[in-house]
Amino acid sequence: MFPYPIEKQPILNRYRYRILLYLSIITWLLPLFAIMLISLRSLTDLNAGNYWGIPTEIHFFENYSEVFIRSPMARFFLNSLIITIPTTLITLLISSMSGFTLAIHKFRLNMIIFAAFIAGNFIPFQILLVPVRSITIQFGIYDTWFALIIFHIAFQSGFCTFFLRNFIKELPFELIEAARADGASEFFIYRKIVLPLMRPALAALGVLIFTFIWNDYFWALVLVQSDSVRPVTVGIQVLRGQWVASWNLIAAGSIVCALPPVIMFFILQKQFIRGLTFGAVKG
Amino acid sequence: MDRGLLGLSGDLKNWKWVGLGNYKELFFDDYEFPTLIINNIKWLILSLLVIPIGLGLAIFLNQNIKEMKFIKPLFFFPFVINLVVVGLIFSWFYLPKYGFLDLVFRSLGLEPIAFLAEESLATYAIIFAFFWPSIAYTMIIYLTGLTNVNREIVEAGRIDGAMGFKMFWYVILPQLKPATFIATVVTVVGALRSFDMVAIMTKGGPWGSSSVLAYKMYEEALFSYRMGYGSAIATILFIIMDIYIVWFLYRLFQNEKSEK
Repeated sequence: MFPYPIEKQPILNRYRYRILLYLSIITWLLPLFAIMLISLRSLTDLNAGNYWGIPTEIHFFENYSEVFIRSPMARFFLNSLIITIPTTLITLLISSMSGFTLAIHKFRLNMIIFAAFIAGNFIPFQILLVPVRSITIQFGIYDTWFALIIFHIAFQSGFCTFFLRNFIKELPFELIEAARADGASEFFIYRKIVLPLMRPALAALGVLIFTFIWNDYFWALVLVQSDSVRPVTVGIQVLRGQWVASWNLIAAGSIVCALPPVIMFFILQKQFIRGLTFGAVKG
Repeated sequence: MDRGLLGLSGDLKNWKWVGLGNYKELFFDDYEFPTLIINNIKWLILSLLVIPIGLGLAIFLNQNIKEMKFIKPLFFFPFVINLVVVGLIFSWFYLPKYGFLDLVFRSLGLEPIAFLAEESLATYAIIFAFFWPSIAYTMIIYLTGLTNVNREIVEAGRIDGAMGFKMFWYVILPQLKPATFIATVVTVVGALRSFDMVAIMTKGGPWGSSSVLAYKMYEEALFSYRMGYGSAIATILFIIMDIYIVWFLYRLFQNEKSEK
């Protein structure tokens, strides 16, 4: 165990460590406390210039309900869900298949296709702005959910395939050989043998992809124009331009926008971290 | 009518072949280009600081006290928060007159600084805001790495008298190599995707001083309707990235080979 375990050290050091720990977590979360407090402030406080102090009154319901009443926040939120959920599911389905093939089947282009999946994953996707935008316009899907969904799937499946291929590669190959010897079809092997074993990996990836898509800003900015399609990330940025002075409402809206991935993270922590630290143990 | 849409909707007959004209303009006539390249380099180099900081934090947190179960996730979760929200909070921190830092500077009797409005500081201020979620990420990678450090080797090191920094440098760090590799990969990719933070916090301003290649490309393509010029910038960005992709693939296949 490194560093030297604190419980084996003198009691004074233990107290010092604890104090330092609590101080650092408070500093670390300072930005969050700040925005939460601002989202509770009343207009009187803001007008009086009390942006960072203790709020004189707590306006929780007023501010949060006003965001939903005065802006299309509910619409933005729903749009985000409509985009994020199908994308996550379809990406997992497609990449579980491509990962399966790349891990199990030996064919000549295997390594090259695998490399393409990985390399594509590292391209700063912004450079594809011009072609992606013109494709969506030419196909008449510009400013629709469908455009976002389809391109998100394309961009996320690289990482997912990489992840799942390596995961399947670690499974005992004898299982598959045994099934083949029994005359099982390849699809049967995928569906009935590999897919159930992949479940933990799929859960880890699912949480991760959900967060990435929900938090996407770039494509939502570039491929969407109208409020009826716009997801929360860009929605908040638009509201910020309209409500320059109403910090309390912008803060409340931002918290609503940040919430789903945060909740998901706290519920499915283990899966989340497994997905993120994939490769950190053995390289 | 939106000219951007018209221009894109494919009336290729109106597009003129300019050869390398766009690149020539970018390299020799665009006075912003050096700033963009320098800013991208700043992003790359400063982002790498996130790796040792994350490692330090991970070592600090790698203790088995009972509240750690709740504290570790609290340290990590800024990573999950939307960059739009992160950018927003930090913009408010930096704001002159109303901002948090302004308040702090004043109460210390110092002259307040408008970080995002200052040409020489804006990029650093944005990078600093980006540190918050990124450190969380490298920290979690290293925490996982640390829990998988071989206990026997550490104990053997202790018996041989390796302590403190020596222990860290010769015993722990080599075992964290895979974690360091992953941390470097995600940090570099993150730094090259600096677009979001710039778009949210300064829109490249003041006067283009905090812009990066990706943001400039977005501006040229969508606001000036210069698809060709925007694509030229994208190509430069892609070439920079290629060097890195090749390095990554090389490492990966070396590993695959050594496993066989």
